[in-house]
Amino acid sequence: MASNDMVEIRWHGRGGQGAKTACLLLADVAALEGKFVQGFPEYGPERMGAPITAFNRISEKRCSIHSNIYDPDYVVVVDESLLDSVDVTGGLKEGGAIIINTPSSPQEMRPRLQGWAGKVCTIDARCISEKFLGKNLPNTPMLAAVVKVSGVLETGRFLTDIEESFKHKFAAKPQVIEGNMATLKKSMEEVQVG
Amino acid sequence: MSNRLSGNEAVAYAMKQINPDVMGAFPITPSTEIPEYFAQYVADGEVNTEYVTVESEHSSMSVCIAAQAAGARTVSATSSCGLALMYELLYVAASCRLPIVLACVNRALSGPININNDYSDSMGARDSGWIQIYAENNQEAYDNFLMAMPIGETPEVRLPVMSCMDGFITSHAVENIELLDTDTVRKFIGEYHPENYLLKRENPLAVGPYDVSAYYMEHKVLEAEAMKVAKSRILEVAAEFERISGRHYGLLEEYRMEDARLALVIIGSSAGTAKAAVDKLREDGVKAGLVKIRVFRPFPGEELARALAGTRAVAVMDKSEGFSANGGPLFAETRSALYDLQERPYLIDIVYGLGGRDVKTEDIEKVFGRLTDIAVTGEVGPVYTHMGQRSKEDNA
Repeated sequence: MASNDMVEIRWHGRGGQGAKTACLLLADVAALEGKFVQGFPEYGPERMGAPITAFNRISEKRCSIHSNIYDPDYVVVVDESLLDSVDVTGGLKEGGAIIINTPSSPQEMRPRLQGWAGKVCTIDARCISEKFLGKNLPNTPMLAAVVKVSGVLETGRFLTDIEESFKHKFAAKPQVIEGNMATLKKSMEEVQVG
Repeated sequence: MSNRLSGNEAVAYAMKQINPDVMGAFPITPSTEIPEYFAQYVADGEVNTEYVTVESEHSSMSVCIAAQAAGARTVSATSSCGLALMYELLYVAASCRLPIVLACVNRALSGPININNDYSDSMGARDSGWIQIYAENNQEAYDNFLMAMPIGETPEVRLPVMSCMDGFITSHAVENIELLDTDTVRKFIGEYHPENYLLKRENPLAVGPYDVSAYYMEHKVLEAEAMKVAKSRILEVAAEFERISGRHYGLLEEYRMEDARLALVIIGSSAGTAKAAVDKLREDGVKAGLVKIRVFRPFPGEELARALAGTRAVAVMDKSEGFSANGGPLFAETRSALYDLQERPYLIDIVYGLGGRDVKTEDIEKVFGRLTDIAVTGEVGPVYTHMGQRSKEDNA
């Protein structure tokens, strides 16, 4: 149950893909921009490849609710194969959107979404990350795509703030910042909305 | 200063600001990050704490006891079975009157083995003589940890303090937080000058010797008296803390209780979720409220009775199963506290959230629905029930 001035995002990924990291990074940047944030994963037995869920609440007032998110505004699917095993659109609000990591188009994805009639967005996060980061790290492009699609943060300011965050986070290996920034920008350009 | 940290980060940062003399360190999920972050502070030279890595929680608490008895300020962190393994030493720490501060990141006890949140660990240790303070969120986890030493180290108290937060829900969730600057924290905490300690040349003493029947009971009475004194000391420290932080704390928190007819008694992060439910019900005209128990030991019985005196129906929310066949530990305390009221509200106990079973605002609204029925009909129905578990029909 969220109020109108709150955006709730649910992340679906597989252990090792960085969904939790992206979720916490989004909370970090949103907090930098003066928002009230929650970023938290759902924990269970942790193993590479197992389905995991992570959650963001971003709002103008501090949110005291500490349950998982059942009726999200946005759903991010970091691994396309989860569509076959997890009810990713469960509770997704009518006016919301689902953002999927896939080389396919929104039109091609829609039949796999259990009758979901709302907005479907796709981004080839694997391709983008392999091009700019040299390996399959889909979480960074997915983060950019959800910021772009949701409008929860202004994209220009998001890019400036996350670059600051990266400078701090990657102080020991600044060479990776350029690739990460290029990944974010490319993802914002390429995300398809259908 | 504003920041955003997880509960574990916040408590590790509080420890860094305190710069304790000794930390007994042994990892267990979900408290592991606390000794991890703190190890980094030690390695980076940001604290001069003696960081003692040991082979078990039994040993980490033993390290704390020995060091605190020697006159050092000590901390540790643990969860679940780690706390269970400390059990013998918890009583030793309390009876030796050693104001150790332990971060307890609440997690269900085995078995079945489970890593998620409930209070079966710290509730099992509720009679060990430790002060227990519970946090709703990362901010309270940080604030409570800072207040723990000034409470425990007071000469009239001299009891260890368990600063509790919900595993994962609070420990691993990143949220906004207001941090104090380190100088302010150090001034607030002050220097630790115990009256007597092992290494005091003028007055060498033995700590923890055999206590014969001729003395044991006197020592236990003194311990019990100290726990009573702790109540007023907790409030004094909270007032001092409010002056430096602007944040107010009591033994319990009354939320929208002024004219409440229906109320919950609840602990920890679920209190936050329940506040949202109370707000919604208030919009619908329901006179709902809640009392969040912040301090469970010493138990604020008189204060709780006063807070609930005007209510008609109350649900006690227990996030641990006491297996008493008569309700959970919070229910036992609450019902006892209400006994002396002239007009007592109807009271039910709901055990919920075991092993990380999630609780939503809608679940809390249903509890208030039950209270509404009880208030109207005067029929309590089953007093002690569980919430959130699947039924046989669901599984069929």
